[in-house]
Amino acid sequence: MNFCVYCHERIEQPLTWSTWLTVKKNNVLCISCTGKLEMISGKRCKVCSRAWSSSICLDCQQWRELGDNIERNYSIFHYNETICEMITQWKFRGDYLLREMFRNELKSAFEKQFANNAASLTVIPIPLSESRMQERGFNQSLALAEMLDAPIKQVLRRKSGEKQAKKNRKARLKRDNPFSITEPLKQAALIVDDIYTTGTTVRQAAQQLKFHGCPEVYSLTIARS
Amino acid sequence: MNMDKLILCSPRLLAESLSGKRLLEEEISLPEKCFHVLLSTKQLIPIPAIENQKGSVKCIRCGNTSKYYFSEYPCGICQQKHLYCRNCIQMGRISECKPLYIWNGAEVHWPKHSNPLTWEGKLTPAQSNAAAQLEKAVIEKLPACLCWAVCGAGKSEMLFPAITAALKQGKRIALASPRVDVIRELFPRLEQAFQDVTIEALYGGSEHKAGKSQLILATTHQLMRYYQAFDVLIIDEVDAFPFYLDKSLMYAAKQAAKKQSTTLYLTATPRKNFRLQMKLGKLPHVFVPLRYHGHLLPVPKLKLAFHLTSQLANKKLPNAFQKWLMNRQNPQRQLLIFGPKISMIKELKEVITLLLLQTGAISASEELQAVYAADKDREAKIKQFRNRELHALITTTILERGVTFPSVDVAVLAAGHEVFNEAALVQIAGRAGRSADDPSGEVIFFHDGKTDAIEKARQMILDMNERGKKL
Ligand SMILES: [Zn+2]
Ligand SMILES: [Zn+2]
Ligand SMILES: [Zn+2]
Repeated sequence: MNFCVYCHERIEQPLTWSTWLTVKKNNVLCISCTGKLEMISGKRCKVCSRAWSSSICLDCQQWRELGDNIERNYSIFHYNETICEMITQWKFRGDYLLREMFRNELKSAFEKQFANNAASLTVIPIPLSESRMQERGFNQSLALAEMLDAPIKQVLRRKSGEKQAKKNRKARLKRDNPFSITEPLKQAALIVDDIYTTGTTVRQAAQQLKFHGCPEVYSLTIARS
Repeated sequence: MNMDKLILCSPRLLAESLSGKRLLEEEISLPEKCFHVLLSTKQLIPIPAIENQKGSVKCIRCGNTSKYYFSEYPCGICQQKHLYCRNCIQMGRISECKPLYIWNGAEVHWPKHSNPLTWEGKLTPAQSNAAAQLEKAVIEKLPACLCWAVCGAGKSEMLFPAITAALKQGKRIALASPRVDVIRELFPRLEQAFQDVTIEALYGGSEHKAGKSQLILATTHQLMRYYQAFDVLIIDEVDAFPFYLDKSLMYAAKQAAKKQSTTLYLTATPRKNFRLQMKLGKLPHVFVPLRYHGHLLPVPKLKLAFHLTSQLANKKLPNAFQKWLMNRQNPQRQLLIFGPKISMIKELKEVITLLLLQTGAISASEELQAVYAADKDREAKIKQFRNRELHALITTTILERGVTFPSVDVAVLAAGHEVFNEAALVQIAGRAGRSADDPSGEVIFFHDGKTDAIEKARQMILDMNERGKKL
């Protein structure tokens, strides 16, 4: 018998002809939990995946004017209450197994959306700060990256700062970058993470990667807030 | 001055907040230095949080041994795979990576209250009899005593003498229930009854967090933080709760009670093994077969409706239900309608609304609401119903216990469904006739084939009424 990894309800799969064809092999979520996730469908900004009626959203136009450094972000779900709770349970409560909720969709997004260059992409996780690692014990970005059938390189490092608060204020002023590079990457990079919010994190990482010779930076995220 | 500093200054406060607990480092809100001093002086002792021996794994905090509720993660700190417990993860993750800490410092001496009871009400004869038995169990330090009381017997008042006896002896007391509603409802009453005693109610999202009072009210999960803490442990509503939660409660109770302690069980539907122990004379017990208002329990009517299951699945209501709705003895009573599953309740809401409108049970569709466990507006809807702003409520088994309304009729659709076990049906029937002004209320179970649970539930109610008549 199968139970939903998220709500522990029994997974019932009514086998009618219409569902029979679409039932996925390893369903980990029950119908009710699956139903609360909203896939981004329809028109979206081709750069950041935000639901948008024309081709590039205002935000991304601004990034472009400033000289954008990412090729494209692809997000799978709208950031709604359910996915927020799911990510909280997974990341902040530390329920590592819950990454399984995203495995199928993450894999298929990778295969479909990056079909042209999937073979040449190196997957780059966003590193976790030392204190977060102490709390959680795992890096959610790496946990996602490991579900893809692609080479992973952990070339980004988070600069260690003793005083986070002070540093952040300075950082904002100086537009300092929280990341550094441990080893230059010469292939195209795919950054994988849970949520794309303002896009700043991805671009800070991209800035470092490109500065050290990375030709193209893409990003794949679970949710677009 | 923050709490941490305050605790630092006072070894007594430190002991009060840490003794009798088993905590993760992140739950011990002390400055790092202080924490390390307590460790090096062996006032705090680390113990493994997960026991992993010869292929059998156990979470020390919640007692989980089921493989299903364990998982693994690759630890970025020690570069090893660790097991972690998913059963109690909302209390902070228990894993092989981090130990639990138990207090080994000074013992706490709780105050001996000479006259703690500030309640001035009177117990009914049935209540006093049970209250005296529970009090005796505390005074004589019996390991356990069970109070088998019908729904609506007025359980909290019956506890007052036992709690008073414990407080007089300077004992520490906890009252635990798997139901957060029960804790919320009991807290103000106990606060009223014991005004000079420190009391806290602990549940997810409660304003109390410290848990360092002499009298603690806690949900099962919150009880898990305690270890050999209580002299008297009262467990409310011990009955057929979903099995894994039930197991957790029993484990948490055993862990939280001191080795020499008294556990009082309060229930309307004792589990099988308790009934066996009572029969064998191994578990002291007392019956309260009458409600506080002195009336007998409404006995459920069983109504056979052919093809009920398939009808409901097709969003059709049985004729028998319509007939009953039109012929209720007292149409003024509010209606509680129980269904087996959330999905069914949501699906049936529309047709039930229509039927209630047709039969004149409600005059506008807004007078009916559906409520279920994960419902965000659950509390608001229950409140509306209580204020009679709603006339009818359709619900799952979440409302089966703890929550009381003065004057309702109760209908169960598909009473033969597996979620309606014996205990659930007794509890559901127990929602009716709660008020002295309207002690009868109708209870009707619609089914398409009597189950064991239906028969046994009805029998249990009849048995209790037999006992009640003799009083
Ligand atoms: Zn955009
Ligand atoms: Zn556990
Ligand atoms: Zn570890």
